[in-house]
Amino acid sequence: MISVQIKKAFADFTLDVAFDAPAGVIAVFGRSGSGKTTLINAIAGLVTPDAGRIVIADRDLTHVPIHQRGLGYVFQDARLFPHMTVAQNLAYGGDHERARLIDMLGLGDLLPRYPKALSGGEKSRVALGRALMSDPAMLLLDEPLAALDGPRKAEILPYLERLRDEVEVPMIYVSHDMSEVARLANTIVVLDQGRVVRAGGLGDVLSHPASVPMLGERDAGAVLLATVMEHDHEDALTALEFEGGRLILPGHIGQIGQNMRVRIPAQDVILARVAPSQISARNVLPVTVTAIEIGQGPGVAVGLMAGETALLARITKASYRQMELDVGSEAYAIIKATAVGPHEAGQ
Amino acid sequence: MMWEPIFLSLRVSAVATVVALPLAIWVAHILARKSFRGHVVLNGLVHLPLVLPPVVTGYLLLVVFGKSGVIGGLLFDWFGFTFAFRWTGAALAAAIMGFPLMVRAIRLGFEAVDAGLEDAARTLGASDLRVFRTITLPLIAPAIVAGAVLGFAKALGEFGATITFVAAIPGQTQTIPSAIYGLLQVPGQESAVVVLVSISVALAMGALVASEWLARRMVAR
Repeated sequence: MISVQIKKAFADFTLDVAFDAPAGVIAVFGRSGSGKTTLINAIAGLVTPDAGRIVIADRDLTHVPIHQRGLGYVFQDARLFPHMTVAQNLAYGGDHERARLIDMLGLGDLLPRYPKALSGGEKSRVALGRALMSDPAMLLLDEPLAALDGPRKAEILPYLERLRDEVEVPMIYVSHDMSEVARLANTIVVLDQGRVVRAGGLGDVLSHPASVPMLGERDAGAVLLATVMEHDHEDALTALEFEGGRLILPGHIGQIGQNMRVRIPAQDVILARVAPSQISARNVLPVTVTAIEIGQGPGVAVGLMAGETALLARITKASYRQMELDVGSEAYAIIKATAVGPHEAGQ
Repeated sequence: MMWEPIFLSLRVSAVATVVALPLAIWVAHILARKSFRGHVVLNGLVHLPLVLPPVVTGYLLLVVFGKSGVIGGLLFDWFGFTFAFRWTGAALAAAIMGFPLMVRAIRLGFEAVDAGLEDAARTLGASDLRVFRTITLPLIAPAIVAGAVLGFAKALGEFGATITFVAAIPGQTQTIPSAIYGLLQVPGQESAVVVLVSISVALAMGALVASEWLARRMVAR
């Protein structure tokens, strides 16, 4: 359990944030300049708040000096000590679970090297290992993947998922990338201009129509939990089942029986009042409209329920009027298989 | 005796450098990292010997640290210790003249250290002292070497303040520069002058080469 209340005024910006969240992975999401880094720095003790209280795992850290907080911090730029080898960097904060972490993060071959001789992805892994070996009560990650290119990101994400599932260290994960957040987080705190505009369980926040303006049109979209049922090798498709239907996604995703998180962006969901026939989209799900949020712009966010699973669609105002949608209306949600890339599916 | 001023100069310069270095690191740290009232005054005070005529610095040393000086008098009354006309006085003059050069070099080192690395060390549980010892100090080591060499070279060449403060007593305060100056006042000593001048050049070059080598070795890691 973590509880954070922080006020900090700067010349041109004020951070005023309060939230409670269960342990697990808490994503702090927001555009650049929304105060994410200031918030995480205040939790770490690198920024002194004007007022507030920080409680992590029943320990009040508000006035505890940085080096006694027992929080691991993974910086965006890794911040490895240039005059020390990887082994010395790792040992700086302690040797908690040393062998297991070196094995898990694949650091064995890097130990005698200096940071200068590491790639971006390797630096990130060492920084993760270094923070974890200090046996932190919580891990703070400030956009740990932002400095990496696409393939390197894809290389690090599974490590983070393993940490979440196997090491079970609580994390605060700062990011502006919704696909990372959707893969990793249990709880999401959305910041805008220094304030919390949305906070709660990941699924609830992402599938709520009212979240669309806060998350941004591109990033809004429900996350559902699905189980891999079968692989169609001939057509390179994967069938997944969730409470409320079946999804066909392109590519060879996961292993049979594996539980995956699949993010379905709201702008990639098409709505129909009658069941469409002979269309190219593979996924047609019968749904019930649960909420409607008419935005300032041209869009309308529609909350949907497919069985037990919440979905979110974003349609135009014109379509909304023409379709005469209301809360309780029956409809069909059409999801184009290629709209959901394999990277959107994670454990 | 020609070797006397050389060994004296080496001893004076070494003692001046070794004693002034920790103080220079401390002052450089304060000037680089802390903001406080009096920052400008401290900065000015440290740099004063660099811009004052050395004779003036020597005179001020005499006033403050001479046997009847403000501090010198107390030292003599309490401990029977005096800088006046002793090699320790020459070392004091050399240290004070070299101090601004040391502080400048080391301060640049502090300013070049990424404070983010020190923050990272703190989040890993390191106290301020441990951060300084294990992160800051190793990272500014090349700057410390540069500062020490500059200070040592300045001390070897110090003339004006030394001769004003402690005169040029053979075996006590007659360093290489004052020995050369003394020899030049007497005709027929050219060969001794050439030897001292050559040794002076060799020592200065040696110090520079050694510092370059040390700094390179540290950067190579």
